[in-house]
Amino acid sequence: MGASRAVRRYSYQAKRAMFESLSDKFRKILKDVRGQGTLTESNVQAILKEVRLALLEADVNFTIVKDFVAAVKEKAMGKEVLESLSPGQQFTKIVYDELASLLGGEDAGLDLKGRPSVVMLVGLQGSGKTTTTAKLALHLKKKGRNPYIVPADLFRLAAVLQLKKLASDIRVDCFDSEPYSSPADICREAFRVAGLKGYDILLVDTAGRLHIDDALMTELRSMREILSPSEVLFVADSMTGQDAVNTAKGFNESIGITGVILTKFDGDARGGAALSMRVSTGRPIKFIGTGEKADALEVFHPSRLAGRILDMGDVLTLIEKAQATFDEKQAKELEKKIKRDEFTLEDFKEQLQQIKKLGSLDSILSMVPGFDAIRKSKDISVDEKELVRIEAIINSMTRGERQNPSVLNASRRQRIARGSGTRVQEVNKLMNQYADMRKMMKKLKKAGPMGLKGLFSRMS
Amino acid sequence: MNESKGKEDRMFKKLKAGFEGLKAGLARTHNAIMGGVEAAFTGKSREDILESLEESLILSDVGVTASTEIVDKLREVLAGRDEEKLRQHLRDSVYEMLKKVERPLEITSSPFVIMVLGVNGVGKTTTIGKLASRLSSEGRSVVLAAGDTFRAAAIEQLEGWGKRTGCPVIRQAQGGDPGAVVFDAMKAATARRADVVLLDTAGRLHTKANLMEELKKVQRVAGRELPGAPHENLLVLDASTGQNALSQARLFNEAVGVTGIALTKLDGTAKGGIIIAIARELGIPVRFVGVGEKVEDLKEFDAREFAEALI
Repeated sequence: MGASRAVRRYSYQAKRAMFESLSDKFRKILKDVRGQGTLTESNVQAILKEVRLALLEADVNFTIVKDFVAAVKEKAMGKEVLESLSPGQQFTKIVYDELASLLGGEDAGLDLKGRPSVVMLVGLQGSGKTTTTAKLALHLKKKGRNPYIVPADLFRLAAVLQLKKLASDIRVDCFDSEPYSSPADICREAFRVAGLKGYDILLVDTAGRLHIDDALMTELRSMREILSPSEVLFVADSMTGQDAVNTAKGFNESIGITGVILTKFDGDARGGAALSMRVSTGRPIKFIGTGEKADALEVFHPSRLAGRILDMGDVLTLIEKAQATFDEKQAKELEKKIKRDEFTLEDFKEQLQQIKKLGSLDSILSMVPGFDAIRKSKDISVDEKELVRIEAIINSMTRGERQNPSVLNASRRQRIARGSGTRVQEVNKLMNQYADMRKMMKKLKKAGPMGLKGLFSRMS
Repeated sequence: MNESKGKEDRMFKKLKAGFEGLKAGLARTHNAIMGGVEAAFTGKSREDILESLEESLILSDVGVTASTEIVDKLREVLAGRDEEKLRQHLRDSVYEMLKKVERPLEITSSPFVIMVLGVNGVGKTTTIGKLASRLSSEGRSVVLAAGDTFRAAAIEQLEGWGKRTGCPVIRQAQGGDPGAVVFDAMKAATARRADVVLLDTAGRLHTKANLMEELKKVQRVAGRELPGAPHENLLVLDASTGQNALSQARLFNEAVGVTGIALTKLDGTAKGGIIIAIARELGIPVRFVGVGEKVEDLKEFDAREFAEALI
């Protein structure tokens, strides 16, 4: 019992740690930005400060953050706000787009020319090269390739044995490196054997090393000369701090990397190092490691990482969905009705159906940043059935009743309750809610021309 | 098995390069920061100087909060504007934050059990190897316990260190229960009257609840077999880790209580500045720093030296 409580506490804290920083700050600032027609110098300045802080906390390199913030500022200033987005959302989108574009296009893929083609994995000690070599082998095997694993880390104790074991677990052949005394010999021999036995990809694991260790970087260069690999992948820990720029650059300048694999991505690090490495080397991030098992390797999607760095929940998905679902014409019509105070129960029902198109209420709300935290602190539960009941009640009304609910006397209400399988109290509750809603709409009408979209933007 | 010639050559070359020690290992750190500081003192305005100092700290992974705090303190004394005074003050500020965590490991009972923990790839096993060598050379008898039963060849890696240091290794098969290894290790340590047990554990991300539960179980088993054990929960942190190291320290601390930290891989270009944030928030003693791959490259943490090297 105690254990399971502790488990819950952990996952909660891990989540909270991710949640507390940017999304909360964004919410606070968005509150101020909202209601203003444009993004101004002063409100942009305030939010940019927060963006800067959040990126630094996510371990994005200081210099890159500086450039990034300057770029966002330029794009945000004086820009006309899209009608469909509030200024806050608009700004978030600018930041997000800028991040995603810096992180590069979708799915860089592997370049596997040559036969056999050679993929070398390089990096610092403990970044996860050996595990990743096995994962990559499994990934390629599943794609119908015939990979050959080559352990070339003779320095770390039992590194060769580790890779041999991993290879046998995933049933991929592994070169027997143990008789050899230098990585260069291993490369030569493995390449020869691969040609004879018809393997089409060599995956070469190398010893971890510091980018400033000249002797070891020279060793890597000589291995590269022997193998002429089509891919030299820099394996990096996603928890790396400011130093990511130095190491990635160091490796790139010294041996020329073709891409990056980010490991240990299943923790709570924001992975800002990815941005640093991508920007400082110009090389794409190709895969991410998401667990200890051999199949925990995923193709990298820049947009997802951008969301993670910004810790935005899925607010953009929500915006996109809402934009797609809310029919422009219908919305205009509704706006007119609200203005003329003609919002009927019929319209109400239509609105419910629109919301349902977005997905379950729970899933919609969880896309709102910070909502999970609110839900936890206030113990809010969302009753999906409530919507169904409301619809049933409205369906049990006559057309006339829907147009003019004031005719609903006690006996009519009883009939409706019976017809919808609810109780009179529930019918009464709905009618009260409807009355409240109309009152709110009257206020809204006075407040401004935002209409339904205004209502919606208030949700997030 | 992998005591190959290439490796020995490499070791020899490294040795030839000289025993640079901590100061040398941190020299790059020092230079990087001083580069920033020196640039800062070439005819800039006060705020420019402060901003650039803050930048130096952030680039060392000190983190925004701690950096701001340090620079704010600096702002108060900046009235004097004397370069050397400022520099000294910045050093002192860092030292102030770190001196309370400069508490070397004391072996107070026998057998003294040290459980070594951390996320994957920070250098737990290597740290154990270096620690075993250090403690043996001090004349203590050391038992190694291969508690990482998960990762392929982790046991063999520890056995390699056992061979190198002459310390017995208590092990079971890969995939076995780490609790059972600990049980055996406690029994063996008592029977052999060992002075120290170094207990290796599998690397685990601090956010994985089930793996943290496993760690708690290992701790419980140790305590049941040997009251008071483990006497030290040594968290190994990689100096190249950024702000996430704070999260690691927090969650490992909540799970099993961290009593000491070893900061590894300080011989690269990473600065390990996050240790300042960890000291501020959690106050966990920093026992060791790793400044190279040689066994003697595990040094006792010295707050003054660290601060001097940083600024």
